[in-house]
Amino acid sequence: MANNAIDLNDENFKDYIASDKPVLVDFWAEWCGPCKMLTPIIEELAEEYADRAVIAKVNVDQASSIAQQYSIRSIPALLFFKNGAVEQQLVGAVPKEDITKIIDGLL
Amino acid sequence: MSDTKKVIIIGSGPAGLTAAIYAARANLSPLVFEGMQPGGQLTITTDVENYPGFPDGILGPELMDSFRKQAQRFGAETFFKNVDKVDLKSRPFSVFVGDDEFKTEAIIIATGASAKLLGLESESKLMGYGVSACATCDAFFFKDKEVLVVGGGDSAMEEATYLTKFCSKVTLVHRRDSFRASKIMQDRALSNEKINVMWNSSIIEMVGDPNKNGLESVRIKDTITGNERDYKCDGVFLGIGHKPNSDLFSSCLDLDNSGYIITSPDSTETSIKGVFAAGDIQDHVYRQAITAAGSGCMAAIEVERFLEESE
Repeated sequence: MANNAIDLNDENFKDYIASDKPVLVDFWAEWCGPCKMLTPIIEELAEEYADRAVIAKVNVDQASSIAQQYSIRSIPALLFFKNGAVEQQLVGAVPKEDITKIIDGLL
Repeated sequence: MSDTKKVIIIGSGPAGLTAAIYAARANLSPLVFEGMQPGGQLTITTDVENYPGFPDGILGPELMDSFRKQAQRFGAETFFKNVDKVDLKSRPFSVFVGDDEFKTEAIIIATGASAKLLGLESESKLMGYGVSACATCDAFFFKDKEVLVVGGGDSAMEEATYLTKFCSKVTLVHRRDSFRASKIMQDRALSNEKINVMWNSSIIEMVGDPNKNGLESVRIKDTITGNERDYKCDGVFLGIGHKPNSDLFSSCLDLDNSGYIITSPDSTETSIKGVFAAGDIQDHVYRQAITAAGSGCMAAIEVERFLEESE
């Protein structure tokens, strides 16, 4: 599957979440089984929302300070931002419809 | 899809995928709906040390990837999709996945079990915010923190031992004065200097705000004296056992009092002809990967015979 979701790190994180479009950030890790189920869904969303929303992911091993900053204590965790602020969050592997509902609400 | 399948397998743990291997090799072209946790409970464990054939142990997720590949090699089709509804009133049966309906002559149910919760309102509110049912998923976020593990069985011992790799202190909270865990697992946990035990204790409330810092403390009740006290901690991990994932079938199949699907003795037949159940969904006694795989094999062979007889 194409790698459509944007990889965020300590350097670019702030710039991306500041967008006035809805921003979905998926916190994940290599060792997290449930995260792997979510990955294909996140990639699909990145394609479907291409211009309307920012779909991104954070590898918590590589950017643990971001996970810490947002008090992530379980992954997969999905944070929904708009203009730099967290509007909503979901924890755990969830169906695609639950995610699109929130993004659509923020459009 | 309008054509009727020979067999649909619901679930993708050792039972479901072993059923898929056998069904595929019997030319039944099985469809497997993997559910929201492809690979099942073993994908949230680490080392599997008791599955025969792996003298040095194997990682749970790796083992399940191998199961899946083996099933696919013989033509099983696996889908990372959740079954929303089934209609078992008459054959062919219907399986509903989102807006799609699939018809099938036989069904193997292998939906397994998932972690049991204490049932507190504050617990579900803080799930993912300091409360967890999966140490291997979430331990990473509790580096140098203090956590509690609830339970006294093998899964509690395993979680506690695993958590010591990350946490500064791990306390097992158990409502009795002895564990029911196997000796090897108990010894491993109790000899670990980071692990303490709070006997005769149960958590009656979890305190914290999911939108602020998450879990901050728990209220603990002494099960003998009835005394209550607050205890500060950063995380609570649940290891109090499992419940069968049988909600989809509660109105159409015979279940026992705990929700397990009842199967005929020495068989995987359920109360409906053509519907079979394998693995943890029908086994509250052994609940091992190897027994689940064994009953998955039985189910596939029984489906094969059932289809031959009904032809």
